[in-house]
Amino acid sequence: MTDAALSSAAGSRRASPRGAAVAKVFEGLCFAAATALLAALGGLIVSLVIGGWPALKQFGFGFLTSAEWNPVTDVYGAAGPVVGTLVTSTLALVIALPIAGGVAFFLTELCPAPLRRPIGTAVELLAGIPSIVYGMWGLFVFAPLFSKYVQLPLMMAATPGSLLEKLTVGIPNGSGILSASIILAIMILPFMAATLRELLLTVPPGVRESAYGLGATTAEVVTSVTLPYVRTGAIGAVMLGLGRALGETMAVTFIIGNSHGFPKSMFDSGSTIASTIANEFTEATSPVHASALIALGLVLFVITFAVLGLARLLLRTPGARL
Amino acid sequence: MTASASKVARRKLTNVVFEAFCVVVTVVALVALAAILWSLLSQGVGGLNLDIFTLSTPAPGSRGGLANAIVGSLMMCGLAMAIALVVGVLGGTWLAEYGGRSLYGSVVRFINDVLLSAPSILVGLFVYEILVAPMKGFSGFAGSVALALLAAPVIMRTTEDVLLLQAATLREAGVALGAPLSLVIRSILWRSGTSGILTGALLAFARISGETAPLLFTALNNQFFSLDLRHATANLPVVIFNFALSAYDDWRRLAWAGALLIAAFVLAVTILARIVAKEQRRS
Repeated sequence: MTDAALSSAAGSRRASPRGAAVAKVFEGLCFAAATALLAALGGLIVSLVIGGWPALKQFGFGFLTSAEWNPVTDVYGAAGPVVGTLVTSTLALVIALPIAGGVAFFLTELCPAPLRRPIGTAVELLAGIPSIVYGMWGLFVFAPLFSKYVQLPLMMAATPGSLLEKLTVGIPNGSGILSASIILAIMILPFMAATLRELLLTVPPGVRESAYGLGATTAEVVTSVTLPYVRTGAIGAVMLGLGRALGETMAVTFIIGNSHGFPKSMFDSGSTIASTIANEFTEATSPVHASALIALGLVLFVITFAVLGLARLLLRTPGARL
Repeated sequence: MTASASKVARRKLTNVVFEAFCVVVTVVALVALAAILWSLLSQGVGGLNLDIFTLSTPAPGSRGGLANAIVGSLMMCGLAMAIALVVGVLGGTWLAEYGGRSLYGSVVRFINDVLLSAPSILVGLFVYEILVAPMKGFSGFAGSVALALLAAPVIMRTTEDVLLLQAATLREAGVALGAPLSLVIRSILWRSGTSGILTGALLAFARISGETAPLLFTALNNQFFSLDLRHATANLPVVIFNFALSAYDDWRRLAWAGALLIAAFVLAVTILARIVAKEQRRS
């Protein structure tokens, strides 16, 4: 407190309650800010419920089970986008997880020392590239190549009536469920690899060295020592990656084909919850249409909240703070 | 003897397969990511010229740039960061210094973690419901609020972490001098934690500057140059989205140039954040 403030305070009253008053105001402001974020999430849930209520009331449980999404007749069922979201995210995780694991193991166990930092840093930086870049690349670069070198040969090779034929039905234009999953996988790959690497670096050197000292091979050190050491954190990181894939809009919207209804094969076009909302919300034709889209958002929120909540609880364990 | 020898051989073989797998997937991953950066560069550089920064988005076939989108994005991100810094730093301070150990504190922390990775498109829907629909119009202001909601949790998280890392003796020394806790926080803890909080703020800035989904139904887009955040505001991500999906070659060229600009900007900000963090560790 300055001299001037002290003397003026002494002039009017003896004690100087100003510091105490400011302290209370400051604490109140801090509390308000912390509560604001709590209120934001609460508001988000309430607004999704209120906005989606008309559609949920009109279609009931059928909203989740029906795959008919028709703005012309104003009938909406969310099964198509919901299944699309779950299928693309799961596929993306199945593709990205082994690769991210391999990259993380390579960086912590095998990589020559001079390359370790540059590659590690590059992976971390790539995790921050905006998803719209991945989407554009998917549409303009990946899709034509995928169509020419994967879709067409596979469809040619499929004998009529076989399982392969069932899986590859569709228009070979490079977009569709599988393409979207691959782009999603590439998008979550740097994030998962960087997180896994960071976790593996928390293993005390002594633990790893004693395993090597006992004569364990690299594969054995990874599978029976370092990976079990960071197990909970690793599961959390994987679920965070899944959470990203579930809610991702831009990387998917470009390449999934955006058709409603059930995807019939790996190459069939489909939609996810996020891509449906992104495509239709500003052009929603009727109040029911808008309400159905918000109800879709509510479904997405419930799915991601479950996944993220679980991931955060696992990551809260000591030694695995992200 | 032979049994154990064959076991060793099998272990060695497993290990060779494992190591080969790790090397191969790393190469594949790096090649895929390099391919993305390469097409971004090769397609984007061709579209870069002075017009990008001086002219507004054109009608198809005519000359134009991205000036209105760049300015709109900067304004919205700036306002969003201002809001997010106030809320995030104060909220993080509350968690670290006042109520973090209470039940309410752990609820706030959990909710903050959920918000940290909530789908950004849902934040867009929420802001549409509370700001755009009641005010009957898209606005850059609503876009800023949506972006602030994405940035604040990041800043709140880092502020809490940074404050908790400060030595307890710092607080005790301040309080022993007779300063109220609020003064200790503001003039000692915040000051010594500045670079840490700055790192978090820069990472949050990098994150929101590439976000597209929350702006689709809040800021929308604007064909013309405007500094007025009360109406729909042009912004780079949505312009890229619209132009990339259009059928016109010159619009697509602009989209690639814009994507290159955003990616370069995000990379620069992220690298800056890393430098700040490194300086902090050194001091």
